[in-house]
Amino acid sequence: MPQNYVPAFLFIAVVGILIPVTIAICWIIRTQSPNRVKLMPYECGIDPYDSARGRYTVRFYIIAILFVVFDVETIFLFPWAVKFKALGGFGLIEMLIFLGILIVGYIWIWKKGALEWI
Amino acid sequence: MLTSTINAFTSYLGSPLPPGNAGNQLWALIYVLIIFAGVAVVVLCMNWIERKALAHFQIRLGPMRVGPHGLLQPIADALKLMLKEDIIPDEADKLVFWVAPLIGLVAAFTVYTVIPFGPSQAVSDMNIGILFMLGVSSLGVLGIVTAGWASNSHYPLIGALRSSAQMVSYEVAMGLAVVSAILMTSLNRTGTGTLSMIGIVQAQQQQGIWFLFKFFPLGLIAFVIFAIAMVAETNRSPFDLAEAESELTAGFHTEYSGLRWSLFMLAEYAAMIAVSAIAVTLWLGGWLHPFPNALNGPAWEFIFSLFPGLTFGALALFAVIGTVRMPSHSFFRIQRAGLAVFALLLAFIALLLFVIAILGRNPDASIAARFREGIDYVYWFMLKVAIFMYLFIWYRATWPRYRFDQLMKVGWKVMLPISLGVLILTAIVGVFVS
Repeated sequence: MPQNYVPAFLFIAVVGILIPVTIAICWIIRTQSPNRVKLMPYECGIDPYDSARGRYTVRFYIIAILFVVFDVETIFLFPWAVKFKALGGFGLIEMLIFLGILIVGYIWIWKKGALEWI
Repeated sequence: MLTSTINAFTSYLGSPLPPGNAGNQLWALIYVLIIFAGVAVVVLCMNWIERKALAHFQIRLGPMRVGPHGLLQPIADALKLMLKEDIIPDEADKLVFWVAPLIGLVAAFTVYTVIPFGPSQAVSDMNIGILFMLGVSSLGVLGIVTAGWASNSHYPLIGALRSSAQMVSYEVAMGLAVVSAILMTSLNRTGTGTLSMIGIVQAQQQQGIWFLFKFFPLGLIAFVIFAIAMVAETNRSPFDLAEAESELTAGFHTEYSGLRWSLFMLAEYAAMIAVSAIAVTLWLGGWLHPFPNALNGPAWEFIFSLFPGLTFGALALFAVIGTVRMPSHSFFRIQRAGLAVFALLLAFIALLLFVIAILGRNPDASIAARFREGIDYVYWFMLKVAIFMYLFIWYRATWPRYRFDQLMKVGWKVMLPISLGVLILTAIVGVFVS
């Protein structure tokens, strides 16, 4: 691994060590007296009647899928942007074709109602 | 062992590279610790500034009791949070509940590896810097999702789903805005741009223009898109749907209390500073002072190097005015003395900065000159970031919260087409210009 990537792991190590140490210190000095009511899920004073891990609206799932499509597309644009001037008009036309296909898909999902809430 | 450590310590001094690139992991570790401590301190200060500023926006006084003008309030809050009972709900997934804030924090802090405070004042300079930054900062959403899921409660789950949907939606527009800035870096003689954070600022220096003003108004529009997306990305008002207290109590961290809750706050503020730093690097010329190419003689350098001292001098002046204006009742005696000490401290820092600026005014390779340069770079970078941090508070004080469907509509139907359009226009203009 190139040496200029090592500091990222140093950062992870520093955060990963210092924060649990702080939590441990606080665990020693703080008060702790849990009871049944404190340990219930908080629902503004109402007793929860079922587990939260039930079914949920599908819209979030659609958004996640759309995100993957568009984010991968953005990542694909980065190499072109770096060599933008060197690739010149040819690169631009090629990229416009790519974006054109994507925009057709974008218009399709818009018309299909995937971007609608309510 | 000791001598080799000392060798590693001294061998880096005077190197023009960031420690990560020079291969000096000891100095990299020192930088990491400085940044970690610095961010923690800035978050404490931000806590006080935000409460004070919000209070004054609403014609209140804000914290006034703990220390003069409430200056010790964040420390009191931190102590309270540390001593508070830490509740893990019975039905929660204990391990995931424990790990979630750590994921958020690690994602928020690892980003600082590539933030360029100056041409060599970064922990490391990667050639994929901006990609690394976008990638790691979007890992923060994992912390939120796991926190909401692990709590096994309705409000946190809805809050987590909402904030993750919001973050991924705005990330698309954000990424496209970034691409249009990267595109501008390649408009030089070699025709090759860069993704390195330091390289992006140097490209702005070479082209003699901040990317904000390049191809006016295209750079400006991309910047505005990014500036909106970064507020949504950090779940701040007016996009703080995840924490809409009127509908979701506190969103994904409803079940968190005490120290764990404060870890989420720390991660949020760290992420705010990090995205502001991206905006500053890409569009506002990073560590460059205003008009770097027009005003660049030794005389101008000297004038610009006085700014850090002047800033701290102004802060000291504010503290002095506060000391003088404090009521003369004996009840305020301790507070007045405390504020006077604070003013003295600020004045001392200002004096120190002035001394460094004057000692290092000759651009030779002396230690004072290098030190002066370093302070200048970090000062101008932090000043620009500070403006963004103030904007975050200002937004929160000014705008009401969006409704969730409006939020998604703006993200997918307004921001995305505009950022795509700006990218295409920038590319076309770029080809015709070159």
